Amino acid sequence: MSLMAVGLSLIFGVMRVVNFAHGDMMVWGMYLAWLLASRVGIDPYFGFAACAAVLFVFGLLVQRGLVDRIVDAPHEMQILLMLGVALILENTALLAFGPEPVRVRSPLAAATWYLGPLYVDVARLLTFAVALVLTAALYLFLFRTDLGRSIRAAADNPYGALVIGTDVRRVYAVAFGVGAACVGAAGALTAPIVPFSPSLGLSASVASFNIVIIGGLGSLLGAFIGGLLVSVAESLGAIFLAPSLKELVSFSLLIVILLFRPAGLFGKRVP
Amino acid sequence: MRWLGVAATAVALVLPAVLGPYALAIAINVLFFAYLGQAWNLVGGYAGQLSAGHAVFVGVGGYTAAVLAAETGLTPWIGMFVGGALAAALGGVIGYLGFRFGLRGFYFVLLTVAFAEVCRIVVSNWERVGGAVGFYITFTGDPRRLSFQDDRAWYYIALALLVVATGIAAAVERRRFGIYLTAIREDETACEALGVDTLRYKLLAMMLSSFLTGLAGAFYAYRYSSLQPNAVFGVPLSVEIIIRPIVGGAGTLAGPIVGSLILTPLGEASRALFGQGGWHGAHLILYGVLLVAVVLFVPQGVVPWLRDLLRRRSA
Amino acid sequence: MSALEVRGLAKRFGGLQAVKDLSFTVGEGEIVALIGPNGAGKTTVFGLVSGFIEPDAGEVTFRGRATRGLKPHALNALGLARTFQIMRPFARLSVVRNVMIGALGRHADPRAAESRARAVLDEVGLAAKAAQPAGSLTLAERKRLELARALATEPVLLLLDEVMSGLNDRETEVIIELVRAVNARGTAILLIEHVMRAVMSLAGRIVVLSYGERIAEGRPDVVARDPRVIEAYLGDEA
Repeated sequence: MSLMAVGLSLIFGVMRVVNFAHGDMMVWGMYLAWLLASRVGIDPYFGFAACAAVLFVFGLLVQRGLVDRIVDAPHEMQILLMLGVALILENTALLAFGPEPVRVRSPLAAATWYLGPLYVDVARLLTFAVALVLTAALYLFLFRTDLGRSIRAAADNPYGALVIGTDVRRVYAVAFGVGAACVGAAGALTAPIVPFSPSLGLSASVASFNIVIIGGLGSLLGAFIGGLLVSVAESLGAIFLAPSLKELVSFSLLIVILLFRPAGLFGKRVP
Repeated sequence: MRWLGVAATAVALVLPAVLGPYALAIAINVLFFAYLGQAWNLVGGYAGQLSAGHAVFVGVGGYTAAVLAAETGLTPWIGMFVGGALAAALGGVIGYLGFRFGLRGFYFVLLTVAFAEVCRIVVSNWERVGGAVGFYITFTGDPRRLSFQDDRAWYYIALALLVVATGIAAAVERRRFGIYLTAIREDETACEALGVDTLRYKLLAMMLSSFLTGLAGAFYAYRYSSLQPNAVFGVPLSVEIIIRPIVGGAGTLAGPIVGSLILTPLGEASRALFGQGGWHGAHLILYGVLLVAVVLFVPQGVVPWLRDLLRRRSA
Repeated sequence: MSALEVRGLAKRFGGLQAVKDLSFTVGEGEIVALIGPNGAGKTTVFGLVSGFIEPDAGEVTFRGRATRGLKPHALNALGLARTFQIMRPFARLSVVRNVMIGALGRHADPRAAESRARAVLDEVGLAAKAAQPAGSLTLAERKRLELARALATEPVLLLLDEVMSGLNDRETEVIIELVRAVNARGTAILLIEHVMRAVMSLAGRIVVLSYGERIAEGRPDVVARDPRVIEAYLGDEA
């Protein structure tokens, strides 16, 4: 969840493009992982890299081919564009995989461990661990490598970046691709934990927007922390209210946050 | 331009005489979704406030009319307006919250979607109105209870709705209200500095739009004899509502109508071609592709593009 | 009764005190210029006076009425109009429509508003471009459009924010004449300007701002010789 939000924050923070297709990209990540697992026999915990790679390329293509053309257009256009992409993604998934929920079984994660009085679901632990590692890797990339620094520079000040010779278009493309890769990985990693179907796309997108807004736009740390917070809130919601109302919690939370603190907890930018 | 509208209406009036039942059903849908699109157009097109959760008003309108009819025997003809009023109230709430707190663009979109989803989930879990299965509407065939044996009745109702909505939009366009809205869409801050109470006008547009959309709820419920929360509050319906005016031309009078003329038959065709397995998602792929294409190549919509084309030809 | 009275105005943004204990007046029919080096807080003052920003402290009185809590459109209805430093035309609307937005506040009937708008366009010399989309105008034309829109609201006090920046000599002269004509009809003017020639020829009084504080006030020739003013500008260059 957090990883996904970080990816989204990256895309939004860098390009101010609102990616409505985010959730649906994640769902494709999930399905790819499923494909790998069931057809080729690769465990999602190893296959996520492939999913990430595929989605990276997809993100790059989408950015270059579509988003790039309308960088200067009013925001509504960008929203509509990504909405269109989301529609395409979600419904091709429906077409390809059917509407029934699907589960991926990972042999690696079948066990549960006992840690004192608690028992821990290995699958979730593994997912969390890998997500943590990936987030750390992302952090390193953004803060230690030249390309990463370019991305952050372009996010803060696109014109300034242009002036010092950054190929802004390339940077945008990479940023979008990385964001997509994050989401693809997130999908693959989450696949063993929850049953999923294409209709998950919308709630996933909204959830990640939730997280990004709560954590603060443009702040990756915020996205990560936001992800943790929202997951906790949702779980609490599921415990105290009926499970089907779990989504209610996240949407209501979104409304409240939108109204009162759109800049989020760590946000650098007020809308 | 006006004679074109009159001519089109005249044609539309006699059309049922020549259409077979399947074509008639499609025509009803063309008119109905054009109406919905025109209603949305008021706030989404002219005022430029992108609401992606407009289905919530259909849901509120429909459920209100149906539940009132079932519980109190109130004829849906009146229940329709009660539903519309409730929808307008909800629109006022959403609008007030959104506009008062300064939510624009993306944030407003998110707010509208969130509200729609909240309503959907609430209604899905509300056993009294049928829960997730939906509210059952008995087919009575009684015109006084908004139920007809003959599809042609639905056709004329849909046509009337569309004509009224278009008339309202035309009136709004001409008056100060409409002119203000188009400026608000361009730059709200400049508007404020020029004496325009942007909050008031955006709210008005929102409530008018949601009222009209709410009316459609009763139409939907009784025409299709079904009310399911996922169908009537969900994002797919919202997409159906907004895509016609967007493709046709948001903020133009003919946009939603042209959009519906293009998209409804296309949707039907793709549904017929791909619709195995009982789900209707294939046409949504088409919508997605069209949406992307429009944004990239014809961002203002088909009607303005045609207008430009004609202007350049005659110049 | 003065057109505008500002007393003890203050505003802080985060760590920056943008405006500090500022007081000045603009009399009826006066032309007052607000000058100062960049970042002195001048546009913030405009925002505070026109209702876009809420002050931390102090009062603004417009035509004898306290303005606290009034939204910009309400102030405009009372007779206060402003232009923006970064211009905000309604790009997709025609030039005449742009000006109509201003006029509709005083003439609710669109036809009356349109004839009023055309009259204003005549005055600023944009009548020929009335039907064109505002986005197609040149910089100088946009400045005049910005002015026209504000004029259409029939203001008693007009706030002009750097309405002459980026213009050549001839274009500047045109605007100076326009402003003078508007003032001759009784409209008070408060202008922010860096173009000194305009300031000197138009202003009856100058208020000098530096780091949010008023450091000098008075007639143009007096202020121009004030050592504190010179230091504020030169110090900024150093």
